[in-house]
Amino acid sequence: MIEEQTIIAVMPETLVAEARKMKEQGYRLVQICVTRLGEELQLDYSFDLGRKFINFRFLQPKNGARVPSISGLYWCAFTYENEISDLFGVQVDGNALDFKGNFYKTAMKHPFIQDAAPAPVPVPAKPEVK
Amino acid sequence: MGTRTIIPFGPQHPVLPEPIHIDLIVEDEKVVEAVPSIGFIHRGLEKLVEKKDYIEYVYVAERICGICSFIHGQTYCQGIEEIMKIEVPTRAKYLRTIWGELSRIHSHLLWAGLMADGFGFESLFMHCWRVREEVLNLIEATTGGRVIFGSCKVGGTRRDIPAEQMTWLLAQLEVMEKEMQLIVDIFMNDSSVKHRLCGVGVISKADAIALGAVGPTLRGSGVADDMRLLKYAAFGELDFEPVSKTDGDSYSRCAVRCAELFQSVDLIRQAAAKMPAGEIAVKVTGNPDGEFFSRVEQPRGEVVYYIKGNGTKNLTRFRARTPTFANVPPLVKMLAGCELADVPVLVLTIDPCISCTER
Amino acid sequence: MAFFQMKKMILAWTFRTPVTTKYPFEPRKICPGSRGRLDIKISDCIFCTLCAKRCPTQALDVDRENKKWHIDRLRCISCGYCVEVCPKKCLHLTGDHGIPTVTKDMETF
Repeated sequence: MIEEQTIIAVMPETLVAEARKMKEQGYRLVQICVTRLGEELQLDYSFDLGRKFINFRFLQPKNGARVPSISGLYWCAFTYENEISDLFGVQVDGNALDFKGNFYKTAMKHPFIQDAAPAPVPVPAKPEVK
Repeated sequence: MGTRTIIPFGPQHPVLPEPIHIDLIVEDEKVVEAVPSIGFIHRGLEKLVEKKDYIEYVYVAERICGICSFIHGQTYCQGIEEIMKIEVPTRAKYLRTIWGELSRIHSHLLWAGLMADGFGFESLFMHCWRVREEVLNLIEATTGGRVIFGSCKVGGTRRDIPAEQMTWLLAQLEVMEKEMQLIVDIFMNDSSVKHRLCGVGVISKADAIALGAVGPTLRGSGVADDMRLLKYAAFGELDFEPVSKTDGDSYSRCAVRCAELFQSVDLIRQAAAKMPAGEIAVKVTGNPDGEFFSRVEQPRGEVVYYIKGNGTKNLTRFRARTPTFANVPPLVKMLAGCELADVPVLVLTIDPCISCTER
Repeated sequence: MAFFQMKKMILAWTFRTPVTTKYPFEPRKICPGSRGRLDIKISDCIFCTLCAKRCPTQALDVDRENKKWHIDRLRCISCGYCVEVCPKKCLHLTGDHGIPTVTKDMETF
């Protein structure tokens, strides 16, 4: 075992309070990660202090996920929150630097929660030349 | 109050090694604000886990980036081995450490050349890359590939370094160390280099922690944090202390990377002396079921892999948070208030690896 | 603070031979053990299709009935996985790089 990793389940409403406690103790934000588990999304917020690793986890529905932003406390969270809103369609309230869907340039919107590639648009038949 | 102009920087620019776009809002030669934008080489590699099984995925993980390629493969293998509780033989751990440190020397020499090119010192750039060729020869002789090593697999390594090759490698490293010392002397002492690097892009210690900086960007501001202290691979048995400098400007980040070059040579010598004989891989059966956050020190900083398996041969989730992604907020903070001519120096001082950022 | 710290290095390298090889007039020095082009000894092959199943990029195609072995050169990443799994050890990676090609077709052995 390389290191002990603590995973704590929280509610979305208490997320900002937990992040404030982490900031007061001097933890740095490591990453924000979203995993798709069938019809639900699992969100992980990871913090680290001197190689002690703590992770907060909660679930959200696949369509219509909504989380409060922690960029008021950790300004560097804006990159992760733009990424989760561009790739997974999670709506983040109060992001300090919101790119409004333009951070990643992808061919289809929210690619990671789509199940299959979209069907090609049928080309209308050319009119016959008489 | 001067007029504000927006200058688009990138994605094509002579100093940029990889495409990133930054909109610089400039007021009379001083950059007031910078707005980054990425997405030019997003390949959706994280979604490929649905198609490739977990053993084949090592080849994809290695190809996330060309410069940090071996350590990506090592982080992935370590994560899977932790989930499946596989015990890797000690010789394989030492081999992975040696290749990881060779990869770090290669990356820092490449960065040194690009940095010299960034502020216009072309002949220093050419000399740095001439020394880099010698490292690439070492890597090709031991693994078979110059950039993509292909020597890490789940359960150990694919190749061994026999004893005569090891002696030859250490002899080459000694020659290379003298050349590297000449180059580092120029970086640290030359007046024209110091003019361009000292006092540029200062980040204080508190700012570096609050902005989530990692790697030499963090260690240049006085925080001696390094993921190699987690004692993965063979680092538990080697004598290692992270290098850090306190000034927080581009010169101290450069000094950290130059000192790490010599530290890596020393670590390779220690590992070669202590490496035991034995097996290089164990057989792997079954499928991963569980999750783990695998954290390793890449040349650019801390990389975190979140790997989750559910008992089938395809993983549920593979997420790579690479160090350049974490260093983008410090870059945006540094660019605000700098001179226009310092923009290439600042972009290169965080060592951007955009293909890692946007897997 | 030193001025022109590079003068020693520049003076030394003015009189040394350049490190670059004058390719293509001089041959390229091939490193032993380098992973280059895939080669097969077709007389030893038993057409078990293990190499095609294990190839991560699906570059190999083995035809059992007609006893033919095809490789798509542009897809091969020289990883060496097929070399490891072949039961008859008829595959090996040579040290030289591939020959340039302009069409995307399979090479048949």
